[in-house]
Amino acid sequence: MPDPAPAFDESALVERARNGDDQAFAELLNRYDRKILRLAKNITNNEEDAEDVLQEAFLKAYTHLADFKGDSRFYTWIVRIAVNESLMKLRKRKSDKMVSLDEPVDNGEETVTREVAVWDDTPEIKYSQEEIKKILDESVESLPPIFRSVFVLRDIEELSTEETAEVLGISIPAVKSRLLRARLQLREKLTRFFRRKGDNVFAYL
Amino acid sequence: MLTCKDFLKELNDYLDEHCEPGLRRELEAHLGACPNCFVIADTTKKTIKIYQGQEPKAVPEMVRFRLLAALERKMQERKSSDCASGEVNRA
Repeated sequence: MPDPAPAFDESALVERARNGDDQAFAELLNRYDRKILRLAKNITNNEEDAEDVLQEAFLKAYTHLADFKGDSRFYTWIVRIAVNESLMKLRKRKSDKMVSLDEPVDNGEETVTREVAVWDDTPEIKYSQEEIKKILDESVESLPPIFRSVFVLRDIEELSTEETAEVLGISIPAVKSRLLRARLQLREKLTRFFRRKGDNVFAYL
Repeated sequence: MLTCKDFLKELNDYLDEHCEPGLRRELEAHLGACPNCFVIADTTKKTIKIYQGQEPKAVPEMVRFRLLAALERKMQERKSSDCASGEVNRA
């Protein structure tokens, strides 16, 4: 069945915007504003900061559009701007505790998986949309920033491993190892809500 | 025969379908024999799926209004500076 949605040609819009067509830039904004706001909220863990990041990211993108080389997607480029702005906000709020994406986290130890329990097939139907959203948001918020940022980019915003590495300025192996830890930690947090009633929980190392 | 530690190391590539067919077969053989790893793989897959199924919420009206107003100012500034540089060039 053909896709009823009109085709979205990002590179054509970017080209028009670069040539001074403000309407084209507004279309890019309409396309991505919700995703950028969600991304900023997920990284900063703060609604107000996320709103500021949304604005600063699009204003910077507009101002520096001539610098956009076109060798990556416009979306990846604006994500990178938004991530940088978000990290600056995060650092400002935690000025006593420096937030760095470069801090060493891997000491060669395996991630320990403690809770192993079968989930319902469709665990989300046990909860209202609002409750699910709260559970998911709070679980992501509780991850350390270095894991959270990788998970948000790879699994929520669906960037590739290479794009995530580029946006965060870290290596591909670092993306992979942090993503594994983030996924396993989230799995464990969500197991508390989504496990099948009566299923045994047992230790696993 | 893969151990559970070996399996966990490859879990991302397995879930993202990035492993070689030979390794994939080994991982699937381990899954068939290890209930713990089967549950971990299944619930990690559901974790990713549940996050990916969430649509971003709309930007609040006031935030969008503020953003568009700030962008409009930038656009006007650019137009004015383009005009000014055009006049300089013509002069």
